[in-house]
Amino acid sequence: MEAANQPLLRLRDLSTDIALRRGTVHALDQVNLQVGQGETLGIVGESGSGKTMTVLSIMGLLPTGGHVVGGEILFDGRDLRGLEDKELRRVRGVEMGMVFQDPLTSLNPTLRIGAQVAEPLRVHQGVSKAEARERAIEILRRVGMPRPDKIVDDYPHQLSGGMRQRVVIAMALIRSPRLLIADEPTTALDVTTQRQILELIDDLREEFRMAVILVTHDLGVIAGRADRVAVMYAGRVVETATTAELFRSPRHRYTEALMRALPESAQPDSDGAGRLYSIPGLPPDLSRPLTGCRFAPRCQFATDECRTTDVGLTPDGSGTGHEFACLHPVTGPVTIAAASPSVRTASEVSDPLLTVRDLVKEYDAGGTGVRRTAGRVSAVAGVSFEVGPGETLGIVGESGCGKSTVGRIVAGLEAPTGGRIVLDGADLATLDRGARHRMHRQVQLMFQDSYAAMNPRMRIDSILTEPLEIQQVGDAGARRARVSELLDQVGLPRRALERYPHEFSGGQLQRIGLARSLALSPRLIVADEPVSALDVSVQAQVLNLMRDLQRDLGLSYVFISHDLSVVDYMADRIGVMYLGKLVEVGPAHQVVRAPRHPYTQALLDAVPTPDPGHAPSPDTTIRGELPSALNPPTGCRFRTRCPLAQDICATEPLLQGATHQVACHFPLREEPPAS
Amino acid sequence: MTAVPHEEEAPVRGMWRQGLEVFVENRLALVGVGLFVVLAIFSFLGPLVYRTDQVHTDLAKVFLLPGTEGHPLGTDGVGYDQLGRLMLGGQTSIVVGLAAGLLATVVGTVWGAIAGFAGGWLDAVMMRVVDAMMSIPALFLFMLMASIVTPTVPMLILIIGAFAWLGPARLVRGEALTLRTREYVMAMRGMGGTGGRAVRRHIIPNAIGTVIVNATFQVADAILYVAYLSFLGLGVPPPAANWGGMLSDGLSDTFSGHWWLLYPPGIAIILIVLAFNFIGDGLRDVFEVRLRRR
Repeated sequence: MEAANQPLLRLRDLSTDIALRRGTVHALDQVNLQVGQGETLGIVGESGSGKTMTVLSIMGLLPTGGHVVGGEILFDGRDLRGLEDKELRRVRGVEMGMVFQDPLTSLNPTLRIGAQVAEPLRVHQGVSKAEARERAIEILRRVGMPRPDKIVDDYPHQLSGGMRQRVVIAMALIRSPRLLIADEPTTALDVTTQRQILELIDDLREEFRMAVILVTHDLGVIAGRADRVAVMYAGRVVETATTAELFRSPRHRYTEALMRALPESAQPDSDGAGRLYSIPGLPPDLSRPLTGCRFAPRCQFATDECRTTDVGLTPDGSGTGHEFACLHPVTGPVTIAAASPSVRTASEVSDPLLTVRDLVKEYDAGGTGVRRTAGRVSAVAGVSFEVGPGETLGIVGESGCGKSTVGRIVAGLEAPTGGRIVLDGADLATLDRGARHRMHRQVQLMFQDSYAAMNPRMRIDSILTEPLEIQQVGDAGARRARVSELLDQVGLPRRALERYPHEFSGGQLQRIGLARSLALSPRLIVADEPVSALDVSVQAQVLNLMRDLQRDLGLSYVFISHDLSVVDYMADRIGVMYLGKLVEVGPAHQVVRAPRHPYTQALLDAVPTPDPGHAPSPDTTIRGELPSALNPPTGCRFRTRCPLAQDICATEPLLQGATHQVACHFPLREEPPAS
Repeated sequence: MTAVPHEEEAPVRGMWRQGLEVFVENRLALVGVGLFVVLAIFSFLGPLVYRTDQVHTDLAKVFLLPGTEGHPLGTDGVGYDQLGRLMLGGQTSIVVGLAAGLLATVVGTVWGAIAGFAGGWLDAVMMRVVDAMMSIPALFLFMLMASIVTPTVPMLILIIGAFAWLGPARLVRGEALTLRTREYVMAMRGMGGTGGRAVRRHIIPNAIGTVIVNATFQVADAILYVAYLSFLGLGVPPPAANWGGMLSDGLSDTFSGHWWLLYPPGIAIILIVLAFNFIGDGLRDVFEVRLRRR
């Protein structure tokens, strides 16, 4: 932390406008930021807060119609806005490097890795082909790429997501930039990969003494990696402080609300369920003139003064550089993750609503036409679980572990290759056509992206009526009444019925999606990553709603997510999947706080916690890549990456235990005695 | 905790209304509509006001200059009034263009939709038929057909329609293939819906935008095809007329200085084709923008 140095980059009153068809959006309004050599600045905020626009303004990569309209971008003391084109290109091309969110789209699929990594050298320094290749191999080795001399001749599609992100980082680093900008660098990656990439960026920063700007929506990522944090809201920086200070005592009401909305800080209430704090309303429309504090309309502490006076960043007087723009700041400390583990009264597993036994799903791999012998992808390999009435089973795992496939099979969208699914006493395989059709009344699916799951040409009323029409429930009048009732249940106004999906925000769409899932009064809802696309504050609204409806309607959920903290909050029991197998199942609080399988432990350690003091134990990091499901390892599928693996792991471990089951030859803990 | 939509003040507008707004924003599309309306009025209502004899030749009045008494645009080589002939020719061009474009669109859409939804071997067979037909030069086929059968207006429509449907067929098949895998189709299957419903409620309504936009270009193409055929002497026989045929006749007079026989039909063809292309562009805006989250 060398904040005392002359800052390398300094934004002074930066304002950016974007001209759209409907008018001009004032995306940034007088943003002040600075970052010094060797320092990591975290910019955190929800979607639309302007965090990405800030870095795009610095890099000169604003979208069509966007331009900087005021302020200064001082890089090494020189204002970038005053530089001539050629010099500007050199500064942005050589002294700054950028890492984008999606490593697939930031690489050109038709160029070899080596050519892409070395491209900046060839463009800016006119290095020869052979030398460029050497330099590319060297930098790939530096970013921890295995066998760089081979990878350099590969194409992007041959690499996994984590590997691609390493390539993108290598591209940004090859010119030894003084400033590295990482815009949501790990959002598209799994937690274990995320941890590797974040550690890499950290190491490289020290090695190259770079300044790093880390843009993210995830408070956990910021807490572990940044020296200082700037919190943005509606195009402005509302608070900036050192990371430790910010998490210990946030002063702005928005920062506080953001922290309290995290699933980790759920406060237990009377029935032990715990509710999340959610910020009411939506961020303001930036195309309209705004007066006063922009958070005031959603802030419960706002007074008339907040709505009329423009509040600037003011230091808190401690001299640590903690600044905030709030008239009624938080005075006490805010605690995250302090809530006692909310032990939800585990309902006695009476007769399970859903029983899945030895579920197997395999797909034919590639092989077209004559060569049909390419092999089979084993997506789900012998998964068994139960879900009781009114219970939530969480399924967690990284991408490609088969959790979504399980969800789709349970929802009747795909036929299993083997195994039994018994729903409410009826084996799905034995149902005739009519019964199969009616089965859909019992199980409904909720999607991650409700916008994609709704026909854009149908109004909300048609969308909500569709399940009733398909299942021929009631007449037109009854259906209308049911639809109105559904809207009330999910807290949306009746006027929503006449609108089209594109007119709603992500959180509202998720409510509509939930309403549609509820239309047939199902007993089980399979929710596949239902909040993964949402901002923290909106996520809290949707999670609360799902819990409320579960309590009122006695629903069961199969809640699929990659986010352990969300699953921990929602689920009674958690199942952890790895490469098509369930490796651990047990009561939520036990799985999360006393995991028995090494993979669960590694997954838990990889999750970034919004607590700067929390240091992840280095020995549990999983190295390497997820093996291919085409030829999965025999025996325990995790053994190729497991620190505890021995010869016996080549034989398949069975899922053992009473309530907290684990499939491992060397479980980390004994099962606690049943209470 | 009730979330209030922030576009609260925005009145609830129907989809057609919103679409119309976007269409109107595209100035060129408006120009296209205007052009089409003017040309249609000229061709169909013009003869009611400006009466000429387009049946009997009058060899006493050949190649009269524009501006001659009673003949504002002069006369052609057999004494027909050029302005009146332009109106008559416009009728054929517009009718054949619209009908053939429509026919091609309907046939192509149905063919492509079936191939796309069905998939498998049926798709393979149907699309190979399209590929095979596409590999033969269209103009060559037109000429062959036109020389076998007598080219009347309905026959022209059939001939052009029979070959122009290949484009829309490919387009709609591709659209159907992607729409089939959309999440809302999956959501519908999760409710127990059938394939028929998917096609009716989800796939066709979402493909219709592409189809309509393509239809306007089909009409423009069909008008051009009529012109080609007539230019090659395979059009509707006299005394009927169309712009392509008039252009062809006029061309033989290029070096005689009879410019009024060449430019008016040529300009008319350019204008009507442009009009349909502008309209198509405007419609494309409508169907794209409406899907965008704003």
